[in-house]
Amino acid sequence: MSPAETGPPQYVITAENLTKRYGDVVAVDGISFSVPAGEAFGLLGPNGAGKSTTMKMIGGVSQRTSGSLSIMGLDPDQNGPEVRAHLGVVPQQDNLDEELKVRDNLLVYGRYFGLPMSYLKPKADELLEFAQLTDKAKSKVDALSGGMKRRLTIARSLINEPRILLLDEPTTGLDPQARHILWDRLFRLKEQGVTLILTTHYMDEAEQLCDRLIVVDKGRIMAEGSPASLIREYSTREVLELRFGSERNATIGAELKGIGERLETLPDRVLIYAHDGEAALEEVSARGLRPVTSLVRRSSLEDVFLRLTGRSLVE
Amino acid sequence: MSRAETTATTALRAHSPEVSAARARRWGSLYFAEHVLRVMKSYGWTIIMYGVGQPVAYLFAMGVGLASLVDTSSTPIFGGVSYLVFIAPALLVSAAVMTAASELTFPIMDGFKWRRVFYGPHASPLTPEQIALGQIIAVTVRFLLQSAIYFAVVALFGASPSGWGWVSILVATLAGLAFGLPLMAYAASIKQDKGQFAMVMRFIVMPLFLFSGTFFPLDTLPLAVRWIGWISPIWHGTELGRVFSYGYPEAPLLTIAHVVFLLALTVLGWGLTKRQFIRRMAG
Repeated sequence: MSPAETGPPQYVITAENLTKRYGDVVAVDGISFSVPAGEAFGLLGPNGAGKSTTMKMIGGVSQRTSGSLSIMGLDPDQNGPEVRAHLGVVPQQDNLDEELKVRDNLLVYGRYFGLPMSYLKPKADELLEFAQLTDKAKSKVDALSGGMKRRLTIARSLINEPRILLLDEPTTGLDPQARHILWDRLFRLKEQGVTLILTTHYMDEAEQLCDRLIVVDKGRIMAEGSPASLIREYSTREVLELRFGSERNATIGAELKGIGERLETLPDRVLIYAHDGEAALEEVSARGLRPVTSLVRRSSLEDVFLRLTGRSLVE
Repeated sequence: MSRAETTATTALRAHSPEVSAARARRWGSLYFAEHVLRVMKSYGWTIIMYGVGQPVAYLFAMGVGLASLVDTSSTPIFGGVSYLVFIAPALLVSAAVMTAASELTFPIMDGFKWRRVFYGPHASPLTPEQIALGQIIAVTVRFLLQSAIYFAVVALFGASPSGWGWVSILVATLAGLAFGLPLMAYAASIKQDKGQFAMVMRFIVMPLFLFSGTFFPLDTLPLAVRWIGWISPIWHGTELGRVFSYGYPEAPLLTIAHVVFLLALTVLGWGLTKRQFIRRMAG
């Protein structure tokens, strides 16, 4: 169900000035956001930005220092079990029980929600099929590949039919094929109306999966919007990437002045932000400059992040 | 989505989150105990073989082999009973304590650090306190099962003349908890494995095993080392076991003191464990 069909959006998560401190370290620094039911909402940012800490607070396993947080109208600090009963959680690190078989991992997890075996046994089979793990049902978990373990963790998180699914870096460490299989499964859940809350430091993942996202850095929200609107707002349509060799990249800036709308010099390449990348490249050539390599591409969230923080997302 | 999947989806409905939360609040520790027992089932044969093999080996070696020399002594240092009858309750209690030293150390470290299995239920409606209690309940089931097997072997050896001998199953379980829970709290506090558990086995479990009146009465030891027995759950459990197993003559106040000591350690250990689990998981 899309928010448009239900009139004003029904927020399943609302955070206001959410703050978490560990001693003197401020992990999350007064962030505010709301997530309507059925949305795929992303937290994009580099490692250490405060994404996982925010997820833990939403998941009711880490107490906030200040601010307010409401999940399905409940305060996770006061009603931890009630909040967690609404959620499915895919943690950053797999914590499956490797001493149990694949299917048994789903059964024991379902029991934590007080679900009866008469429901759990067929449900486990259904979820194994969803996760494409039916033929591994009786295998031990340690026999699974990384991608299979992630899919099993997602299957496990769905055992209680949650309406909100928290996914903390769901595809980190997976090969491209495994990532695509996983994205496909997440798309299906989104189609079923499950609210997805996702952290990632992969901009392609954020672009693929998220309806809306917040860009987080050093515990603060740098920008908020849909991937397309963020790119429109903070970047140009195209980017020209030039490599002049590591020694010249830093000094070539002056000679490129005036080409495109903005210039960004990185250690390994120079980025020219322009509406028309090819035209910008022609002008570079017209000025007699000969880059070692050149590439024209569409702007991505990586460029948004670079613009907002002056740093690359994956360093 | 396949047709089978669609059919299953329409037929199956999980109960509401409110029901999940209410059930978890009430029964959560049992749910986690069920998980741990399922894991134990995967090495169930080891538990049973350990449960049967160890008493048979010890009772035969000590109670029959060594006893053939000891029982020829004319001094009645074992309170007038055979050496086999004397050591059987001690071995029963020691076995439970040894099990505590394995079940409440590495699996706890595993839950927090290695395979992080405690963090799975932590994301569900269960609380850290319930996860700790579930682990304890499951280990208690193992204590009871193992001690029952041990007692059956003891009875077969004819080494429990009193009709109250079966109470030593409960005594061994209590001693296992009294020793195991403070150790569990310690295990839950360890962030880096630097061989601490090997040190615990060498410098705590073994000395307690040897100097807790297990193989000879504590009062045959010099006073300088007798204190080891007084602070040892093995000694308190062993003395208590002897009272039930063959009517070992002891001042009733002392018997009560054994129970109080074991209960106090169990309660203290639970308090510390609970605190560590909450602290470690609250993050």
